[in-house]
Amino acid sequence: MHEMSIALAIVDQVEITARPAGARAVSSVRVQVGELAGVVPDALAFSFELACTETVLEGAELVMEPVTARARCGPCAHTWAAGMPPQLSCPVCGGTRTELLSGRELQIVSVSWHDAPSAVPTHQER
Amino acid sequence: MCRVVDLQQAVLAKNDACARALREDLAARGTAVVNLLSSPGSGKTALLERELTLARHRGVPVAALTADLATENDARRLARSGVPVKQVLTDGLCHLEAGMLGGHLDGWLPPDTRLLFIENVGNLVCPASYDLGETLRVALASVTEGEDKPLKYPTAFGLAHLVVVTKSDIAEAVGFDEAAFRANVERINPGVEIVCTSARRGEGDGALLDRALAARDGAPVHTPVMARQHHPHHEPASVVDPASVTDSLAKSGS
Ligand SMILES: Nc1nc2c(ncn2[C@@H]2O[C@H](COP(=O)(O)OP(=O)(O)OP(=O)(O)O)[C@@H](O)[C@H]2O)c(=O)[nH]1
Ligand SMILES: [Mg+2]
Ligand SMILES: [Zn+2]
Repeated sequence: MHEMSIALAIVDQVEITARPAGARAVSSVRVQVGELAGVVPDALAFSFELACTETVLEGAELVMEPVTARARCGPCAHTWAAGMPPQLSCPVCGGTRTELLSGRELQIVSVSWHDAPSAVPTHQER
Repeated sequence: MCRVVDLQQAVLAKNDACARALREDLAARGTAVVNLLSSPGSGKTALLERELTLARHRGVPVAALTADLATENDARRLARSGVPVKQVLTDGLCHLEAGMLGGHLDGWLPPDTRLLFIENVGNLVCPASYDLGETLRVALASVTEGEDKPLKYPTAFGLAHLVVVTKSDIAEAVGFDEAAFRANVERINPGVEIVCTSARRGEGDGALLDRALAARDGAPVHTPVMARQHHPHHEPASVVDPASVTDSLAKSGS
């Protein structure tokens, strides 16, 4: 189950950003998860909760935006939803020069946090 | 005060950066990495035993690193070929990550190595997400696993540069439908080459070695559709410049 490694990577990247900017508590992290990212959302949610323990993300919510896998055929320009299991050769002309438009995302979009009241973010903090 | 900060960072940015650095370091010394993925028991070690032995007979300097949760059995088997072999125990982790490799290679990998074969942990799910700096990624499936493996593990087979069918000597006995398997692979990874091998009988001997050497020498490698997605926000660096965060704070602070 590599979702724990993925969760730890998310926590790591958020901490690197949030701490120096003065965050006291991260309330939520928004992540895009593509259909073809190879990640099981439930397993990631479970791992994320554990990975946040005793960090500035303790108790943070993980908001997952699913991204549908879409493909376009180079030769005939047909566009389709790849589905699961994905169909990545062209269903119309049988072509193999497909372009993947979306579906591989595994991306931190944004982070919400609370910082000290009236505090101006400083680089010195911690 | 509550702030929303745009990050737009790939979750695996750190691994990807490590993999890129490793690929460049190794390329500078003439080494290319081959990453082998399959479910447990598909025959990765058996295939490698033959290919390593062949490389040694041909005088091609190769090495192999094998990763498992436990035991040094695979390293022991591979070492019989006479090439440098290293066992990595993953300490419970179900896959290798690029950052784990550097330390294992330092002081072990002979500088004249042309190919470094990496036998990943037997697992078709997790290792698929981690680039190890490889030039050639190979997904293996044995004839006993059923023709639909590529559909059940689309990222493993969908990101492969080469697909290897193993244990072809028992294909008939288990009723392996090669045409169906090929159609399933084509559906998720159109255009990828599929080779049939038997470590027992020697079918396809040298197929992996030849393709790996060609890739190492700069021959074009298949680009899977799944690896072809354009990432508009894919930042090459993993570390965020705090100044840029403060900039976006100013814009999106609420
Ligand atoms: N008939 C036949 N059996 C094979 C062949 N290759 C491997 N086997 C058998 O399949 C079993 C597993 O082979 P391994 O080479 O250990 O497989 P592996 O993928 O390295 O396994 P893990 O490292 O544990 O994931 C062994 O009992 C092998 O003898 C083959 O070409 N033909
Ligand atoms: Mg093995
Ligand atoms: Zn088409």
